Amino acid sequence: MTENVHTGSIPDERPPANTVGPIAWLRNNLFNSWYNALLTILIIYGLARAIPPLLDWLIFHANAIGTTPQECRANGGACWTFVSEKLRFILFGTFPYEQQWRPLVTIAIIIALVLISCDRRFWKPWLGLAWVAGIAAVAILMWGGVFGLSYVENTLWGGLPLTLMLSVIGLSVAFPASILLALGRRSQLPAIRVVSVTYIELIRGVPLISLLFMASVMFPLFLPTGVNIDKLLRAQIAFIMFAAAYMAEAIRGGLQAIPKGQYEAADALGLNYWQGMRKIILPQALAISIPPLVNTFISFFKDTSLVIIIGLYDLLGTAKAALSDPAWRGFYREAYLFIGVIYWVFCFSMSKYSQKLERDLRRGHRR
Amino acid sequence: MKSGLFAAAAAALVFGAVTTAQAGPTLDAVKGRGFVQCGVNAGLPGFGNPDSAGNWTGLDVDYCRAVATALFNDPTKVKFTPLSAQQRFPAIQSGEVDLLSRNTTVTLTRDTSVGLNFAPVTYYDGQGFMVNKKLGVKSAKELNGATVCVQSGTTTELNLADYFRTNNMSYNPVVIESNDEVNAAFFAGRCDVLTTDASGLAGTRAGVAPVPDDYVILPEIISKEPLAPAVRHGDDQWLDIVTWVVYASIQAEESGINSKNVDEFLNTKNPEIQRLLGVSPGMGKALGLDEKWAYNVIKKVGNYGEIFDRNVGPKTPLKLERGLNALWTNGGLQYAMPVR
Repeated sequence: MTENVHTGSIPDERPPANTVGPIAWLRNNLFNSWYNALLTILIIYGLARAIPPLLDWLIFHANAIGTTPQECRANGGACWTFVSEKLRFILFGTFPYEQQWRPLVTIAIIIALVLISCDRRFWKPWLGLAWVAGIAAVAILMWGGVFGLSYVENTLWGGLPLTLMLSVIGLSVAFPASILLALGRRSQLPAIRVVSVTYIELIRGVPLISLLFMASVMFPLFLPTGVNIDKLLRAQIAFIMFAAAYMAEAIRGGLQAIPKGQYEAADALGLNYWQGMRKIILPQALAISIPPLVNTFISFFKDTSLVIIIGLYDLLGTAKAALSDPAWRGFYREAYLFIGVIYWVFCFSMSKYSQKLERDLRRGHRR
Repeated sequence: MKSGLFAAAAAALVFGAVTTAQAGPTLDAVKGRGFVQCGVNAGLPGFGNPDSAGNWTGLDVDYCRAVATALFNDPTKVKFTPLSAQQRFPAIQSGEVDLLSRNTTVTLTRDTSVGLNFAPVTYYDGQGFMVNKKLGVKSAKELNGATVCVQSGTTTELNLADYFRTNNMSYNPVVIESNDEVNAAFFAGRCDVLTTDASGLAGTRAGVAPVPDDYVILPEIISKEPLAPAVRHGDDQWLDIVTWVVYASIQAEESGINSKNVDEFLNTKNPEIQRLLGVSPGMGKALGLDEKWAYNVIKKVGNYGEIFDRNVGPKTPLKLERGLNALWTNGGLQYAMPVR
């Protein structure tokens, strides 16, 4: 009987080649049914058709920096000279050429402010002061007129600083406004509720582009001849109004997701309305609202390019104007690709940061 | 409905503003401010576009500088406001700009209900056709059944339809929204014919075509697009100034005066030139300007031919011929009224 019992250990066998390793992965993921196999083949075919010409245009046949537009056109590849020639115009617009270090520093200040605000260790009262100081520095750099800087009026601003200022200032003013609107919409006081609902529904009911037109085209007609409210300011206010309405709805979603018990708990602790909101409800509601809020942030950042229709040169506008130089016509692929990359870097970092923030803030009740 | 209401409100306001604006405030306002507010195209090659350093250049832009020079003897005393097509009329109506020099076609409705007054035409344009030489087409009359690339939402699209209907021909439109993409589609061979303003065609052939010599612009011009600077209704003195700055630049070319030789003409015996350059006074006073107004414009901005050549002429990437914009003495339409 004992000869039927195996003693000692059986040597390890390799599993069959079609259950592990790359072949198995391919089978399980790409060819696990006839339609998936068909899709895989189609996609591989598509990529094989698209990628080599793209790389060829982007890199292998591209014209080195320094070639003339005529050589670029004759050669046919990407013309990176266009980007290097027009770089300063695309980034800074019509800001006086010798003074363009000022918008450059402005970009650095704004990005630095945003970066330190992203780190929760810096969420202290002095952060507000840093913002006030930063915005003041930006205003001094851009306008000038003091400390020996020449005065540059804001009709000459353009490019990346304009895009950043419109979106960063717009969002930082619209965010507190949107919290108030969201609270107002859920308020027990009918007057406040009616005002908030009317505002939100009115603004959400019109496209941003028509708000911008109203601000830039209609509004001046209501003013006496010669009285002008700054065009940039009008656009900025239109943006703030628009962003506030949209973010208010995102935050209302968060508020509604908070169980009633939390409100009652705040009351039970004897907190008044504002204390309860600030200490209990809003921290939870804002954490829940992060994904829709960031969604609004990202679309809003890109929507700043709509100011082109009211004649402001944001990043997209300067790229388009750069294309209208008679000597450099027709290089729109390079121009759009270049600013596309800039937009992507900003939007992608926003999205990545929001994912991190979401993880951090939800540590307490992960599901 | 809503836009109709807005338009009505806007129109009411504009007419209100027009009737209340009385003679001559613009010159005083501009002098008090120290610069001319000029509305230009945000990016039209050769007419209004910023260069790599962000300086404004172009034919329309140079006329802004010419008006500033007539007023202040300084072509830099001007601030440019880039305007979109939708913005341009409200901008001039509301007083945001003093002068609209933005490739604007003179039409009856713009002269009347839009509330503009036009200075003389600075560029005579018209819609034309461009085809590949390989087609062997010599005239637009041979384009029956052709595929035509055209930008959407423009009068170009409407003129095209009218032209083919009038001539009992059929065509397949390829309608594309962006100018760049229209050009790209044409050069990629998606259509037989590209149509837009003749100046635009020449510029596209010289600047965008892979091999310019492969393409030919057909002789037919199917619409009239006279482009002129414009001012608001209700200030005749300001219109006079802009009008005579344009005429002075044209007259200077006709008299052979340019920015290099203008000083030699100060000793001329020709009474016409003496009046123009302010050697014999009177003209400047009539306009409310310095007697040297035209001299300064010619010296610092140049005559019409110089402005044309510098921005759109044969030596620029746009390579436009003078054509209709030649002086009347050379068979063109540019004709200045006498300065006297």
